[in-house]
Amino acid sequence: MKTRFDVAVIGAGVMGCATALFLARGGMRVVLLDRGEICREASGVNAGTLTMQMTRAALIPYALRAHDMWMNMPAWCAGGDVLATACPGLSVAFTDAEAAMLEERARIRRAAGAPIELIDGRAAQAIEPGLADGVKLAGHCPIDGFASAYLTGRAFRAALQEAGVTLMEATPVRGIDGRFVLDTPAGAVAAQRVVLAGGVWLQDMAAWLGVTLPIKVLINQLVVTERMPPVMRTVLGVASGLLSLKQYANGTVLIGGGWQGIGDRTRGGVAVRSDNFLGNVRLAAHTVPALRQARVVRSWLGLEAETADALPAIGPIPGIDDAWIIGSVHSGYTSGPYMGRILAQAILGEAPELPLFPIDRLLHQRSNSA
Amino acid sequence: MIFDVVVLGGGPAGMAAATEAARSGARVVLLEESPAPGGQVYRAPPAGFEMKPDRDRQEGDALRAALAVSGADIRTGCRVWGLGGGPLVPEGQPDAPFSLSALGADGAPFTVQARALILCCGTHERIIPFPGWTLPGVIGLAAATILLKAQGMLPGQRVVVAGAGPLLYAVAAKILAGGGSVAALVDAATSGEWLRALPALTARPDLLAQGAVWRARLLAARVPVLAGAQVTAAEGDKVLSHVRVGERVFQADALCIGHGLVPATEASRTFRARHAHRPEDGGWVPVLDAAQRTSVPLLYAAGDGAGVRGAAAAPAAGRLAARTALHDLGFSLEHASEEDAALERARRTGAAMARMMALRPAMVAAIPAETIICRCEGVTRAEIEHAATAGASTINQLKHFTRCGMGPCQGRMCGEAAGALLASARGVSVADIGFTTGRIPLRPVPMASILGDFDYADIPVPAPAPI
Ligand SMILES: Cc1cc2nc3c(=O)[nH]c(=O)nc-3n(C[C@H](O)[C@H](O)[C@H](O)COP(=O)(O)OP(=O)(O)OC[C@H]3O[C@@H](n4cnc5c(N)ncnc54)[C@H](O)[C@@H]3O)c2cc1C
Ligand SMILES: Cc1cc2nc3c(=O)[nH]c(=O)nc-3n(C[C@H](O)[C@H](O)[C@H](O)COP(=O)(O)OP(=O)(O)OC[C@H]3O[C@@H](n4cnc5c(N)ncnc54)[C@H](O)[C@@H]3O)c2cc1C
Repeated sequence: MKTRFDVAVIGAGVMGCATALFLARGGMRVVLLDRGEICREASGVNAGTLTMQMTRAALIPYALRAHDMWMNMPAWCAGGDVLATACPGLSVAFTDAEAAMLEERARIRRAAGAPIELIDGRAAQAIEPGLADGVKLAGHCPIDGFASAYLTGRAFRAALQEAGVTLMEATPVRGIDGRFVLDTPAGAVAAQRVVLAGGVWLQDMAAWLGVTLPIKVLINQLVVTERMPPVMRTVLGVASGLLSLKQYANGTVLIGGGWQGIGDRTRGGVAVRSDNFLGNVRLAAHTVPALRQARVVRSWLGLEAETADALPAIGPIPGIDDAWIIGSVHSGYTSGPYMGRILAQAILGEAPELPLFPIDRLLHQRSNSA
Repeated sequence: MIFDVVVLGGGPAGMAAATEAARSGARVVLLEESPAPGGQVYRAPPAGFEMKPDRDRQEGDALRAALAVSGADIRTGCRVWGLGGGPLVPEGQPDAPFSLSALGADGAPFTVQARALILCCGTHERIIPFPGWTLPGVIGLAAATILLKAQGMLPGQRVVVAGAGPLLYAVAAKILAGGGSVAALVDAATSGEWLRALPALTARPDLLAQGAVWRARLLAARVPVLAGAQVTAAEGDKVLSHVRVGERVFQADALCIGHGLVPATEASRTFRARHAHRPEDGGWVPVLDAAQRTSVPLLYAAGDGAGVRGAAAAPAAGRLAARTALHDLGFSLEHASEEDAALERARRTGAAMARMMALRPAMVAAIPAETIICRCEGVTRAEIEHAATAGASTINQLKHFTRCGMGPCQGRMCGEAAGALLASARGVSVADIGFTTGRIPLRPVPMASILGDFDYADIPVPAPAPI
């Protein structure tokens, strides 16, 4: 074993990359390991919505700060860029029930700091001419936007290298012995501290340390169209949150919203469920009628992690000094870079700007080996 | 209803597979994109078959006739875009019947289900990019044969024919026969390569004779034949006006070019079957056992889509796949056909031609830096190599770094060259670079044709996430 790192970050998604980057900037010798390539799981395949209207209310203060980071990414990420684009966001209601839901949710989110105002259908169409008729109520948030998530790995990679992070891709960690020796096919990797940043695989990673942390796996489907003339200029959703629509500068329209496909932790995203595919594109075409002229060119899936209370797991791992965890953040792409920054602050011994989300609340039973 | 067998693709392999399965009493459905079954060769037989004028037509007609009376449900003119079932089920559930979603000839969507699926999807043509390959006037050899044969149209008045494989000579001869002129024939293969292929070709004297006739035609018309050569650029102001081959320049209003055939593996990739990279078979192919089984239970592959072996070998492979499928489904095989020794000869000849048409690494290496590789997304060789330096180590990651392969063709056109460039830039084999993940739709699908009539209230919107 040649080097002993100050910290090993396991999992190179947006959480692991951001944490590793800010730890290295804070002066630590960092190794970042991924079993595959950088940001090729959730962080590279997600819908890239940088939104306040899909984010859980408790996360809005984080998401607002992260939104700012995304819009200025090249400045703090050594020129790395995900083509983040700011635009207004609309969450629309077509029925009375949805309008009621929207009103309630907008109120809660506004209280949490998101500048959401409620407007009628006509006003919504003025902001988004592509929007269908029949909107009863819309939540309008001027702070919204989107990124091209597939660029995330490329954007972080150069910055990580510049900051001196040792990036080990195609290096699955198989277990952790002692404090802390990582077992990998490339040999043992030793570090003073460890950060688990494994997305939906956090459950397995926690188990290496004898910690039982149940993580639910969501299999989100996405659909993208061929390039088409401009049909919309906002990020659009529906009150329930089960639609996200945006048109990229190249003319493609991304259709998502969290409709579930087939897959699991072991096999990854296996296949699109055809009924959910149809439901998702119908909802999209209902909301932006011009999408009827689109051609679907591809669909895919990604795995999103959720804790028992659907709030993040970010903080120290109880009972194991120098072991940390980060993940399971709802709309976690949006707030990812900021979450990485505050966890890094904590690991570096500083007070995080905003509170972490310690996992003690999620650990009812600890396994015997802990 | 759930069919016993669905055959995807109605070329020689698919026609034979469906026929064989149906005659053993299975309920069979065949799905084919073209208006009639036939596939590449029998829909668009290349020219120059005058030596044995009716042989191919006869074989195609015989396969079609047998299919027509086999009892198989034949659905032509339908675009299959959706795949599901089989192993594509939630964790812990048993495999489901295969399910294929298609748009019918009338544009109406339909779905068929079957216990077993035989993939006979054939190939698409390989074009190794070169400067100017996206200019109007440059077309594939396969597209040229369709023009010539199906529409009786010349691709141009003065044509350069270039690339690799026997199709070159066939297309050139057909252009001459149609009254066009061939400015040059540019063959990537050297005469030495043709000589080395001879022993395998002698297994099919008919093909040898054809070849001789084609070459005699070219000679008689004084067409310059450049062996071991390649097009260095197609040039012109908005449309093609001349073709460069090294130092030589040929005036031309059309360039028909093709560098071989690449197995169409979109469906087998979508079903997550195991694949291997075998350049001599055309590239990535599903891994098959000796009886045409893929690694996925009840999923079979036959014909060129499983490794390029040519039209003569395809029907027997299709029949074998059908017999295996029926065996695996528990059918009795008393009506099954026996294959004769001609099959082995056809395979050998096919393999020799496939080697001639295999990807030529030197040709990829010669692509200039600024040449566009992915025409859907406008990604150049230089950008691919830059991505390799920036850390892209697999074809899927290359997509993320550059958008290469993200357009309407989903990498069908560029995937192979991009993979080869990435592999050589990283100093690894193409097998290490991997293949792009297969996902539906198999072909771009118009929203209007799948949406159908619906009420907003009927969209089964799932429960919202907690606030
Ligand atoms: C389809 C989809 C759409 C989404 N849309 C949005 C959106 O529009 N807006 C938004 O804000 N959020 C969205 N999200 C959520 C967001 O993508 C995730 O919250 C976020 O990317 C999670 O980042 P992560 O780093 O925790 O996990 P991941 O990106 O999954 O990273 C975990 C990493 O751990 C690695 N790993 C696993 N096991 C090991 C091991 N044994 N050894 C080493 N490495 C290992 C994996 O390879 C992976 O790279 C979406 C999610 C999905 C799936
Ligand atoms: C232009 C050309 C000329 C050729 N000339 C000769 C020759 O002279 N002699 C020779 O031996 N070989 C020749 N070949 C090779 C020959 O075409 C193949 O060897 C042979 O056709 C292989 O049969 P197959 O059934 O595997 O595939 P194909 O004949 O390619 O049939 C595949 C079929 O599947 C259908 N299909 C695929 N995907 C879908 C989908 N998603 N939905 C619906 N339908 C689908 C296609 O439309 C096609 O009809 C030629 C090839 C080309 C391209």
